[in-house]
Amino acid sequence: MFKSRKSVSIAAVSVVLLAQGALAAEEQFFPITSYRVGPYGANGQSFFGGFVDYLNYVNIKEGGVNGVKLVWEECETEYNNAKGIECYERLKDKAKVSSGPIHPMSTGISYALIEKTAADKIPMAMVGYGRTDAVDGSVFPYAFPLVTTYQMQASAIVKFIKEKEKGSLAGKKIVFLYHDSAYGKEPIVALQEEAKLNKFELTVIPVAHPGNEQGAQWLQIRQEKPDYVVFWGWGVMNQTALKAAQKVGFPREKMIGSWWAGSEEDTVPAGDAAKGYMSATWNVAGKNVPLISDIEKVVYGAGKGNLQDTSKIGTILYNRGVSVAVLSVEAIRKAQEKYGKGKAMTGEQVRWAMENLNISNARLKQIGAVDLLPEIKTSCDNHEGSGQVKIQQWDGTKWVVVSNWIEGNKALIHPLFKASAKQYATEKGITPRDCSKES
Amino acid sequence: MIYREAGQFKTSYAADQQLFPIRQDRIGVLIVLAVAFLAIPAVASEYWFSAILIPFLIFSLAALGLNILTGYAGQLSLGSAAFMAVGAYAAYNFQLRIEGIPILVSFACAGLTAAGVGILFGLPSLWIKGFYLAVATLAAQFFIVWCLTKFPWFSNHSSSGVISAQKIVIFGHEFASPREKYLLVLTLVAVMALAAKNMVRSSTGRAWMAVRDMDVAAEVIGIRLMPTKLLAFAVSSFYCGVAGALYAFCYLGSVEPDGFSLDMSFRILFMIIIGGAGSILGSFLGAAFILLLPIFLDIALPRMAGLLGLPFSNATVSHIQILLFGTLIMFFLIVEPHGLARLWQIGKEKLRLWPFPH
Repeated sequence: MFKSRKSVSIAAVSVVLLAQGALAAEEQFFPITSYRVGPYGANGQSFFGGFVDYLNYVNIKEGGVNGVKLVWEECETEYNNAKGIECYERLKDKAKVSSGPIHPMSTGISYALIEKTAADKIPMAMVGYGRTDAVDGSVFPYAFPLVTTYQMQASAIVKFIKEKEKGSLAGKKIVFLYHDSAYGKEPIVALQEEAKLNKFELTVIPVAHPGNEQGAQWLQIRQEKPDYVVFWGWGVMNQTALKAAQKVGFPREKMIGSWWAGSEEDTVPAGDAAKGYMSATWNVAGKNVPLISDIEKVVYGAGKGNLQDTSKIGTILYNRGVSVAVLSVEAIRKAQEKYGKGKAMTGEQVRWAMENLNISNARLKQIGAVDLLPEIKTSCDNHEGSGQVKIQQWDGTKWVVVSNWIEGNKALIHPLFKASAKQYATEKGITPRDCSKES
Repeated sequence: MIYREAGQFKTSYAADQQLFPIRQDRIGVLIVLAVAFLAIPAVASEYWFSAILIPFLIFSLAALGLNILTGYAGQLSLGSAAFMAVGAYAAYNFQLRIEGIPILVSFACAGLTAAGVGILFGLPSLWIKGFYLAVATLAAQFFIVWCLTKFPWFSNHSSSGVISAQKIVIFGHEFASPREKYLLVLTLVAVMALAAKNMVRSSTGRAWMAVRDMDVAAEVIGIRLMPTKLLAFAVSSFYCGVAGALYAFCYLGSVEPDGFSLDMSFRILFMIIIGGAGSILGSFLGAAFILLLPIFLDIALPRMAGLLGLPFSNATVSHIQILLFGTLIMFFLIVEPHGLARLWQIGKEKLRLWPFPH
């Protein structure tokens, strides 16, 4: 057996060595840890489809970023932490030469990669998920919870409800129904702070993974008679909740979900139970965004589209993938401005760029993505860069945006990140950088 | 011809009682250890350490733990991942809450904590057997994960419930690189595997096997069931607990309770079914099969598809990989229901007779 194990490992080593072919000098590599099969495969297909389509789009339309062609390699994680690490380690050697930000698209995997990416000097973006206290760049130089975080989102939802309730939430009752995992638990602190500030009553109700049985929870909600349900679901839990809400007669117009509970994959299976349901989102759906329709024309016209099911173009998650790719490519552009146009950028250089992103509406307009995503301006102190979301409502067939960009209460939420990052730094023995000395 | 013990005479009790009575086995084990300790660290890449070797060793240890309970003592358990979770969270909390505690002591305490919890959930084994016991241990799986999620104290009030393992410092030296972590894991696994090998041939191990084969008969010949079964649960959980601590500290770096799901328990169970229940070697073979085969397929399939010019997308490769993996499991179970370890054993017998099979 020892012999056979050795020969298998020799065979595997040679396969791995073959995989590490030399990279041409002017290619910008993107390590992509994606999931297109497994429990969340449907979500992953739309998201990574959008991501890859935009990279292709930049290659076709502009011949890459200042002539540097974008290349990538995908590795299937199946949303599984161990597989995610295996994928990361596999892609790492190429990423050490030149690397765009890595997007794990899974809170579990991003947590596991935080230390590894920092040690390997590969920037990791967690756009709308992941370790939220990485907003504090002094402790987490290589991790970027870009655009907005769960806490800021929860705070923005509270703000939205407050506006609906004519400026006061005093004496109101809000139930927080959440997926009992790292993802669902993170906003609780923020909501508790908001409850103190706005004097509403907060009840938190967990739902165990995967959440396809919520009878007890909705019975409790019926007894509590809350004014609103803030909902942090994921995967199959979302449609189940909508159907359960219909069953107990809770108005869906009073239910506001997170951005992981606000895609077509969640509402369509719930049928008419989803009508009126609202959710937060940091990117809008639809093909009427110029960039999205142009991608369809250019990339799919050239037969290089990544999606097999083209009806997914323009869905929330597809557009999210495109938005994330826009951010990544803009970071490459920014890095090239500083370190040399027409060159492939290393992870370290891209990291600097991600910390100094400044994507204004004017720039978004040039790309054709204005209103697809909010303006972003990051710094060492603020790896989030925006904190804004929109609220959208399902009208039975599509998502309709019902608000402007709403920013969460930064003064309330960001100190929470600072405190949490500080605790992490002490536990890990990290000396935070001095952000005032960063350029 | 080479593998034959003819001419090896035992002239003392010590020689007769040693762990590997056949000289060729001793040499083989030494070579494997030498390769693992000296050759691999010299040549393997970071990818091999962090993505293949470390998880392989850790899951081997967990499978070994389950093998002691299920393979040797005959008590079916579906709670291995939960006991690993206990180990991981216990090690984290010992490190966090006791100032200056050495990390190895933390690991040992984590194992002991898991052993304690294991005894608690082993109690039903005194009354129920077989599949019913498996269902009872399923309770451990759900209860422990729920408990770690429910009480924020376990994760030091982290808002997400995720714990992030502390640094590993032994005698002032920090084990930071994958190579050093590999060596640490390897040392612990080697020591514990040899200890297990020794244990299962001692009176304790023989008592376990007697209980496994027929507990009434075992009781009749004077084996007390309660201590025997509970000891099996304790030792098994100890191994799983240490594996869990290593999983958190040397492999992932940060873990959440949901990571230790029923799915993981099943994987560990499959490892011992494929590798061979009631065999130390089987735990390693099973872990290698379950962990490494998917990775191998994942890397090899796109390449093969490329050679044949088939337009495989990533998703297709994953689907084929799952399919092939399932087929191979079925194939092995049909061809050799006693697992890979049994194949090795048959090979050994054949080697002894070679070149004159009768």
